[in-house]
Amino acid sequence: MAASAASSSWRQPSVLPGLGLSLGITLTALSLVVLIPLAALFIKAASAGPAEIWAIATSPRTLAALRLSFLGALFAASINAVFGLILAWVLVRYEFPGRRLVDAAVDLPFALPTAVAGIALAAIYAPNGWVGSLLAPYGIKIAYTPLGVMVALIFIGLPFVVRMVQPVLEESQGDIEEAAALLGASRLRTIFTVVLPPVMPALLTGFVLAFARAVGEYGSVIFIAGNVPMVSEIAPLLIVIKLEQFDYAGAAVIATMMLLISFALILLVNLIQARTRRKLGDV
Amino acid sequence: MSRPTIRRLAQAGLILGAFSVCFGVVAGARAQTSELLNVSYDPTRELYREINAAFIAEWNAKNAKKITTIRQSHGGSGAQARTVIDGLNADVLTLALAGDIDAVAERSKKLPLDWQKRLPQNSSPYTSTIVFLVRKGNPKAIKDWGDLVKPGVQIITPNPKTSGGARWNYLAAWAYAEKAFNKDDAKVRDYIGKLLANVPVLDTGARGATTTFTQRGIGDVFLSWENEAFLALKEFGEDKFDIVVPSLSILAEPPVTIVDGNVDAKGTRSEAQAYLEFLYSPKGQAIIAKNFYRPRNPEAADPKDIANFPKVDLVTIDAVFGGWAKAQPTHFGDGGTFDQLYKPAR
Amino acid sequence: MSEATLPDRATNLAAPAARPRTARRTGAEGPVVQLLLITVSLAFLLLFLLLPLISVFVEAGARGWAAYREAITEPDAVAAIRLTLLVAAIAVPFNVVVGIAAAWAIAKFEFTGKNLLISLIDLPFSVSPVISGLVYVLLFGAQGYLGPFLKANGIEIIFALPGLILATIFVTFPFVARELIPHMQALGSTDEEAALTLGASPWRVFFAITLPNVKWSLFYGILLCNARAMGEFGAVAVVSGKIRGLTNTMPLHVEILYNEYMGAAAFAVASLLAGLALVTLALKSLLEWRYGDAIAAARRH
Repeated sequence: MAASAASSSWRQPSVLPGLGLSLGITLTALSLVVLIPLAALFIKAASAGPAEIWAIATSPRTLAALRLSFLGALFAASINAVFGLILAWVLVRYEFPGRRLVDAAVDLPFALPTAVAGIALAAIYAPNGWVGSLLAPYGIKIAYTPLGVMVALIFIGLPFVVRMVQPVLEESQGDIEEAAALLGASRLRTIFTVVLPPVMPALLTGFVLAFARAVGEYGSVIFIAGNVPMVSEIAPLLIVIKLEQFDYAGAAVIATMMLLISFALILLVNLIQARTRRKLGDV
Repeated sequence: MSRPTIRRLAQAGLILGAFSVCFGVVAGARAQTSELLNVSYDPTRELYREINAAFIAEWNAKNAKKITTIRQSHGGSGAQARTVIDGLNADVLTLALAGDIDAVAERSKKLPLDWQKRLPQNSSPYTSTIVFLVRKGNPKAIKDWGDLVKPGVQIITPNPKTSGGARWNYLAAWAYAEKAFNKDDAKVRDYIGKLLANVPVLDTGARGATTTFTQRGIGDVFLSWENEAFLALKEFGEDKFDIVVPSLSILAEPPVTIVDGNVDAKGTRSEAQAYLEFLYSPKGQAIIAKNFYRPRNPEAADPKDIANFPKVDLVTIDAVFGGWAKAQPTHFGDGGTFDQLYKPAR
Repeated sequence: MSEATLPDRATNLAAPAARPRTARRTGAEGPVVQLLLITVSLAFLLLFLLLPLISVFVEAGARGWAAYREAITEPDAVAAIRLTLLVAAIAVPFNVVVGIAAAWAIAKFEFTGKNLLISLIDLPFSVSPVISGLVYVLLFGAQGYLGPFLKANGIEIIFALPGLILATIFVTFPFVARELIPHMQALGSTDEEAALTLGASPWRVFFAITLPNVKWSLFYGILLCNARAMGEFGAVAVVSGKIRGLTNTMPLHVEILYNEYMGAAAFAVASLLAGLALVTLALKSLLEWRYGDAIAAARRH
């Protein structure tokens, strides 16, 4: 592993000790827990053969499930981007009773187990639940429709946007806003031309993170989605169904597709942050 | 440079090794006890809770080797078969249909392919059937299978791909349609397609579907195991739901078997065998009837329990579909009739 | 591409800590707009975050205190609680050791492939929990690549404790490292270099300088890691086998009770998990309020 490259050319010299030890632990654990198991997934998917992989990947049901997972996540992340931005703005700029409590509550989806969230959401948004019963008379159904999937995805994704945007808003100084106001810009114009542009990279990162998390979400969704093939069946559920039909290769193919897309998303986040950093000349 | 690096790598290995030892110790610390694991399908939770208590009492009174616990695992029938194939060490399998145990036999090779011949009556100590559960007063006037395809009727059934009960539902509907349309294949398919189009929620297991119908208030009619329907009446009150018995239904035979590979490895064959035989005993049959399953030997049960069961015209899977080995791939395999008929959905 | 781009998010996730304690400036919007925005935010939070939480506790108490107590003290529930604690007690320390090691390597050294390493550490975060369970089934299941070998040697991984632990480690893998890396990067290594020059041993430098410097980030990481480890559902469901009293963790037990028409009992166990979530948040907030300045100072360092 790393030792073979100990000729020093792969690293810059440093006074500090412990690179071998720390990198060794990291790489061993990473390989055992993450990389080797993921390799097994790829091997399994590849064992299906190109024709079958293509057939599974392009079957209408797979496409419908992936479409729901990705479009649903996209929609939920968009909602979160809008409301998360407003929420972060309110938390940073305004003073109101219970602000700190609200601030702490934003992290709830990080800490609340997804299965618990799913059951609770299903109970609230079902036609006989607290919120569902208010909407039912108007013919609006949330639980057991694609809308239910959105509700669950919005729940789990919210903290990402708020927590990304908050510190940037904290740092943005009022001076420029005041200057803009003095120069005669309207408040709305000031917000769109002065306040929002520096927030955009953080907002985008939060959006992508909420999106990436939502695409793979399972625990909270299955309780509230109708799980109807082609309509409200998410991709992770399709993987479970394939698995339970003993179709290991099929499950592995869909899992691999999701994995590759997720990894691409992570790289995208990397890129956004790297560009921002260069532009701001930070660190 | 290279020497310390190698030493550090070795240290890293040691630290992780210590963790692995922790794993090993924990894994090895599990005590050797004579306990059984019954891997079962969704609706049998209440049944086996009662059976287990009765069997343990009877066995421990007669035998020197005591059984401490009978552990239970429940889920969709197909899902449970999958976990056993993947290595769950079940002593006995009590699933919703023979096809799932066939799959275990084929893939895990832990039991003979002719397992179903080993116990009386197709290895099924009880039978059940599919009935309709409707909301009190039957507001949509659902009397028979034909009423299910009316526009505006919402049907709750689990997903046949993952639930055994749902496969019985599907085949019962198919059997009705074959009879009603005189085996006109196009009309049968049309009927099933319309029926599926009326399903708003497909849960993965029978229990999830029951919850959706009873507690979440979704749907007008729930295609249900007979026992599950009775249980829903018992749990949620007879003033909420009615049971509707269709003109024709299917004779469901949920089979049981020991998993030879596992019981031999664990040395629990005699207990496991006795456990399954207990299901056929008068005491077992009485408990079965009490939990709303139809006992093979009605004389053993409380007549009051037997009186619960309505008379239904029952067809068998062997007569109409040529057995599970044929029905499974035709209807529920990849690209089977279920996949074909579900496609046009919305 | 600059290193450690993604983990920046970690600083941000724990961001309230870094909030300058300057006087809060009221925005330039009119009071009506302010009120409107506050109302919208609170309504949104109420609808999506607070109602589910409240409903858990309401449903849990629906059948009274005695029923609640019985639900969380019956043997299967106790076994589930014990198993969940055991899994977290092994998975979290593992991730702490690995997370510290990873942060040390990444923050203190420059080497090729660092960006790739960071992305790989972050990978489990965006992998669907179902896939995290699936990979272990493919590897260790009876039909899996290592299945025959494990069986021949009598080693149980899937449907036993090791499988639950592995799946939990997988899903919580990035949490500690992600908190530590940006903090250690921001701190730099001058302190450590100085101590080494003065003759301190490497381990002493680590325990006396590095660890105390990052203790708050480490604590955040552990809190989040622990919350996720105890609450994980999807990954654990695939590898558990759901044997009551044996391989049934608390989130799985919630699902089982829910499926047995024991709604109140299900929500009772769920309320324990929700309580854990609240304690986690309370601890986190408490730290931020009490030590906010110190943490912010350390981070701005």
